[in-house]
Amino acid sequence: MQDLVIIGAGPAGITAAIYAARKNIDFVLVSKDLGGQTALSADVENYTGYQFITGPDLVAKFEAHLRQFAITFHNGEAVTRIVQKVGSGFVVESDKNSYACRSVLIASGRRPRWLGVPGEEQFRNKGVSYCATCDGPLFSKKTVAVVGGGNSALDAALQMMNIAEKVYLVDINPALGGDEVMRRKVQASPKVEILNNTKTLAITGERFVKALKVDVSGQARELAVSGIFVEIGSTPNSGIADFVDRNTAGEIVVDCLNRTSARGVFAAGDVTTVPEKQIIVAAGEGAKAVLGVSRYLAQEK
Amino acid sequence: MAQVKVYSTPTCPYCIRAKKYLSDKGIAFENIDVSADEEALKQMVDVSGQMGVPVLVVDGDVIVGFDQSRIDQKLGL
Repeated sequence: MQDLVIIGAGPAGITAAIYAARKNIDFVLVSKDLGGQTALSADVENYTGYQFITGPDLVAKFEAHLRQFAITFHNGEAVTRIVQKVGSGFVVESDKNSYACRSVLIASGRRPRWLGVPGEEQFRNKGVSYCATCDGPLFSKKTVAVVGGGNSALDAALQMMNIAEKVYLVDINPALGGDEVMRRKVQASPKVEILNNTKTLAITGERFVKALKVDVSGQARELAVSGIFVEIGSTPNSGIADFVDRNTAGEIVVDCLNRTSARGVFAAGDVTTVPEKQIIVAAGEGAKAVLGVSRYLAQEK
Repeated sequence: MAQVKVYSTPTCPYCIRAKKYLSDKGIAFENIDVSADEEALKQMVDVSGQMGVPVLVVDGDVIVGFDQSRIDQKLGL
């Protein structure tokens, strides 16, 4: 039996693993990928010590630091469920394995939120994308839609107005949110048509996306687009632990020592109720959580 | 030695990671920038049936995304 299983290898999980290795905790790290959302971030300018670094480069630095230690890291393995055993301890089940352990640290992060409209699943990677940084360049001189009205949508629109022929910015709210500086740039671009008060109804096409059906202030409209970038926020990956308390947004409730409602289960980073989803905050929370786990294990033994 | 093609864009983080992974393992590959080459983009869509990058073609077998376990399996890493 392991003392600890750390779930997730984003900034929180990696930092936790580094601290756990240095504390000589007997643990395994299980994650479906390395880097989490940080690996998909374009430019990072607020991680202390780096005036400017790209997301993938920062992840490479994290990985190099992690690999200094002889740890067991099951990468490419998605955790499906955590089971509480009668008495004490847990079993962490993944799509490939299961791990018995005394404590669990959930650092599973968040994933992009889906629109939930017909056609979305069918045309995923066939015109529908959740990462403008990744797939944006494929739509050179095409017409695309960006759905959303916050900073991530503005960021996608800014990227796409340099690549695409035309960009529809489809926002459900009466006015765009996000930062003033970005909003101004988007509003000033002749390539961007902003549609406020607009609901997304369906995505249609044949082999690939051909159109986005919307409702603009009660008027049905069909936008002929070949790409659709969905940027409507994210949702926490907390479904693996249905026995711990979560808030209405699905975030795992933690106290200031990263303890959840279940004894022996800790959580850190963007999956939790801790405000401000930032790389540096997640990293700090990962460190704090493992120090808490370490104290917990010492008490239990 | 295996024939490896990587269809990618210069900005896509998973493309960068996939290429770095192959380089680190000493695997030679042909990089095809589909953002600069429309014919190559069509070819990628034809072989993979989708538009997400990266797409790796290892001796004719198509791997969509940076799927490390499948890459390892195909290349015997």
